[in-house]
Amino acid sequence: MNPPSRRLRLALVVTAVLLLAGGSLGYVLHARHRERPPGQQADASFDVSEPGLYFRDTTGGRIARQGGPGLPRVTGGPSCDRFHTAGDHALCLRKLPGVPARTEALVLDRHMREVRRVTVPGIPNRARVSPSGQVLSWTTFTTGDSYNTAAFSTRTAILDLRTGYLIKSIEQIPLTLGGARHHDSDVNYWGVTFAADDNRFYATVSTRGATHLVEGDLRAWSAKALRENAECPSLSPDGTRVAFKKKVSDDPRAPWRLYVLDLATMREHPLAEPHSVDDQAAWLDDTALAYALPGEDGRASDIWSTRADGTGEPALLVPGGSSPARVG
Amino acid sequence: MYLAANGRPDAPPRPPGAGRRVPAAVLALGAVSLVTDISSEMVTAVLPLYLVLGLGLTPLQFGFLDGMFNGATALVRLLGGRLADRRGHHKRVAGAGYLLSALSRLGLLLAGGATGGIAAALAADRLGKGIRTAPRDALISLSGPPESLGRSFGVHRAMDTTGALLGPLAAFAVLWATADAYDAVFAVSFCTGLLGVLLLVVYVPAAPGPTPGPAAAPPAGPRPPRRPVLRDPAFRRVLCAAALLGATTIGDAFLYLLLLRGLDLPPALFTLLPLGAAAVYLLLAVPAGRLADRAADPSGRRTGRRTAFLLGHCALLGAYALLLAPVSPPTVVGVLVLLGVFYAATDGVLMALAAPALPAAGRAGGLAVLQTGQALARLLGAAGFGAAWTLWGQRPALWAAALALAGALAAASRILPAAPPTAAPEAP
Repeated sequence: MNPPSRRLRLALVVTAVLLLAGGSLGYVLHARHRERPPGQQADASFDVSEPGLYFRDTTGGRIARQGGPGLPRVTGGPSCDRFHTAGDHALCLRKLPGVPARTEALVLDRHMREVRRVTVPGIPNRARVSPSGQVLSWTTFTTGDSYNTAAFSTRTAILDLRTGYLIKSIEQIPLTLGGARHHDSDVNYWGVTFAADDNRFYATVSTRGATHLVEGDLRAWSAKALRENAECPSLSPDGTRVAFKKKVSDDPRAPWRLYVLDLATMREHPLAEPHSVDDQAAWLDDTALAYALPGEDGRASDIWSTRADGTGEPALLVPGGSSPARVG
Repeated sequence: MYLAANGRPDAPPRPPGAGRRVPAAVLALGAVSLVTDISSEMVTAVLPLYLVLGLGLTPLQFGFLDGMFNGATALVRLLGGRLADRRGHHKRVAGAGYLLSALSRLGLLLAGGATGGIAAALAADRLGKGIRTAPRDALISLSGPPESLGRSFGVHRAMDTTGALLGPLAAFAVLWATADAYDAVFAVSFCTGLLGVLLLVVYVPAAPGPTPGPAAAPPAGPRPPRRPVLRDPAFRRVLCAAALLGATTIGDAFLYLLLLRGLDLPPALFTLLPLGAAAVYLLLAVPAGRLADRAADPSGRRTGRRTAFLLGHCALLGAYALLLAPVSPPTVVGVLVLLGVFYAATDGVLMALAAPALPAAGRAGGLAVLQTGQALARLLGAAGFGAAWTLWGQRPALWAAALALAGALAAASRILPAAPPTAAPEAP
């Protein structure tokens, strides 16, 4: 405790503080100026009126179009984490920087002009536009809704452009489950898909540890569960079938398989894809589906397609893509 | 302000028995905790986002990863306590724990996106946290006269909580400045963690406190044979009471959730509610510790820590009661204040209550047993409440919890020794 040793210790601590603060600052500045894709708007030439497959290009995160086999990829769309387009509009979900996580839902017309912008809590998860382009829905993951703080819950919104009415969370929709009205605090909705009438929709609801496929009615504001264990539905263009992911395994690394459910007979059949698919599949036409899988060769994800009747073999559609949406 | 008091290089050496000041070692340990908590809370605040958004883990996988390590901490704590007691290496064991946690940030940084690497880094962090806690609390308790232990722990916990409040803010600032560069958060957290280790090495005395106060000095001479702390009746009673009360504690997250549901508040507030309780805890930790040290019953026996510990749980009971009444906006303030009072009057106070009952040579191990016992009991309490909520709904579950806590309080007031326990004679 003699003065020199005190002074020495102080000098040591001050030096360390300077070094560590300098190192921290240096790293932060380095991270700040590092090359990162900024949240870009679409180039003037890019719009979603051309026929083709639109998707998110995983290198750079901007929306691109693949006109057809052999045609070059057209880039220059806005940067989005999730994307979907149909009819007159496109929906682009972006994660905003900062904590707690927030998502910006950007509604665009066919020429990529902004129609509406909504900011909601959570991380982008699913985006869907109704066939006419007039009704849109998105889902985000949010933390902290559940009493188990590590768990995530979802928040699904529906925006009706005809009236401008936005339902920030559809959690309060009166739900019929097993023939009876269901009340519980743990209901979570995600993955909405719309029918051509801009009124009927399908979605996933999770409650009491089980997931259900629900059919909803926007005008009547009601929903009823159709069957268990069907997540992320996607309605076929002819409106007769729903593609969905079904939990087939308790292995957390590969829980799901893609199935197609015939709504008239309520019979389901598996698709040829052997991998676990964690995506809301998109119909290319009435016979084939596209979906994202973890990418190969270091790519974040690839888009694959497979036939809707369960036959054939999956084919790699777009290397380095996600959020597929077919136009035309 | 404590940092300033700690950093005065020209302060005259403290005269023996200067009871009104907090021991320098406690301030040093408080500073270490403050800096370390900034470091660890930075990572805690961003990790879920990083894993799910940055790396695309499903929430299921994240929950699995997170839950995997929580149970192990309790056992590691016992190990840390034992290690520290053997030959009195408190500082070294605590230092190793702090260093391990600091290095785990480097692991997160280097792991990139590899899930295995991230799991290993998380495991190292929890291991470090488990190892260091008991030796640190033993150091605090050995660094001052037993009469002022409540205040010592109060000061330490206040500094600790300050760090915990600053951490998420720092993480937010870094994410904001770098447009979501999570690796920058890990890098800054690593540097902050290293500073904490350095403060420990430089400012915390190696031997448990050169406390010249008459009461605290452990007897010189040959080390007495160790005896299992659990055989000490006074300590056993403290442990029983703490475990009993812990098992009827339903967990803060449930209280916040009841508030959110009762008022239909936006979920973003879920992250802010704990800050409110922490702020109250921060303000009251030192006064509560001082009051606990001072209060005496009419016969002159100092029973303040026992009273404070019980009253703290009464505050928790008050919070349950508030939630059973119709929830209105003032309820939020009331519940947060009561929760802050609960922590201020119980967290450090329990250590101050139990420490004198433990011989200096078995203190870290004893405190570890106490902390582990309380943590496991609370885990049980939270799980039980979750089950009750699912089975009966939230109101009946809350009623059950309130009744259980009231019962536990009645029992604990009988179990807890009336007079402050003192170290049993060290030789059998």
